[in-house]
Amino acid sequence: MKLNERSVAHYATCDSPPDKTGFLFKKGERNTAYHRRWFILKGNMFFYFEERESREPIGVIVLEGCTVELCESAEEFAFAIKFDCAKARVYKLAAESQMAMESWVKALSRASFDYMRLVVKELERQLAEIQDAAGAGGQQGRPKPSRRNQDEVQLISGSFKENGVTWSKPPAASANGSVDTAPSCVTWDVCTDSGVAAGCGGDGGRAPPVPPRRLGASLESPVSPDTCCFSKLHDWYGREVEELRAQWLQSQ
Amino acid sequence: MRFNEKELVCLSRQPSEMAAELGMRGPKKGDVVKKRLVKLVVNFLFYFRTDEEEPIGALLLEQCRVEREDTQTFSIAFLDEAERKYLFECDSEEQCKDWIDSIIKASYEFMRRNLIFYRTEIHRLTGKDPLEQYGISDETRFQGNSGSQLVARDTSSL
Repeated sequence: MKLNERSVAHYATCDSPPDKTGFLFKKGERNTAYHRRWFILKGNMFFYFEERESREPIGVIVLEGCTVELCESAEEFAFAIKFDCAKARVYKLAAESQMAMESWVKALSRASFDYMRLVVKELERQLAEIQDAAGAGGQQGRPKPSRRNQDEVQLISGSFKENGVTWSKPPAASANGSVDTAPSCVTWDVCTDSGVAAGCGGDGGRAPPVPPRRLGASLESPVSPDTCCFSKLHDWYGREVEELRAQWLQSQ
Repeated sequence: MRFNEKELVCLSRQPSEMAAELGMRGPKKGDVVKKRLVKLVVNFLFYFRTDEEEPIGALLLEQCRVEREDTQTFSIAFLDEAERKYLFECDSEEQCKDWIDSIIKASYEFMRRNLIFYRTEIHRLTGKDPLEQYGISDETRFQGNSGSQLVARDTSSL
């Protein structure tokens, strides 16, 4: 089957920031030894390179219809990507630390397009409810629960499965320091207490048009689809620093 | 570049909201229009010979530009080689419009932008981060122009 490989490879290395990068050991397809590869996760595409400096990926794993699981292996910090379809292969990977393994498993299990779609739909629904409540002149009591559907139940249960990995809800004292009563500073990036304040983000600049108020209403065409870059390079480098810092702390 | 072809073929069999027989022309000079079953699944556009089970090919719909070429025709071009266009001939203006709309929305990056927008907006209106309750606020894929602290606005005037 053909694939627009050149463009897919371009997606890996173009300016838009990746979701996660790092070294992992990947078990070979024929040669069963583990090889150290540089990985770039972007959206639902999991690219691997021979070296960090390599220009072109050796390959890509499309992360749809798969689960990410910890696995039994002689190799430490091993996990596997397993696909649902018949005769599908299992990709065995190993991280270089417990923390790295957990971080990768989390990131990979949330990487599918389907998952992203689920979250977007949920937020879309929430926003519509908020706008409706506001539009009706303020307090109407709690929003009706009747619109809760399968998707949301999946998201809000205390311990929920994402692609087969069960995560229990994190403790209430979350790192971002938000408090339920008084509004407080909410940091959305990984560096929480570093006091980084590169200006108030606000809506982060360019935003799609107002979302539809009702299900069934069609989304208008968004901003021109050829804008390919987020301007979050700053955050991306910041993340790298954060990872290094975490690694250093671990080694202490 | 290697890719998990078997799994991609499997993906092409998933139910899809957008599937139709269109006239498709490849980007190379000399390519002619051929009738293909075109199917949109997540951020991939699969194309099949009519009545065949396995797709001939797939296009990942990231970093691409979708354009109206004329009333019933649209094109897809990828940003790294913008002159090379894949052309699709529809049966009607409406069908053409539907496809363009759907393909634009079929990219992961498009969804991500929407998510960030909704998240920001909900936070602006309620002072709360909607992703927090799901334990995914720190996920890098959901971050916008961060590095900035979001201070809850004074909403008393609303």
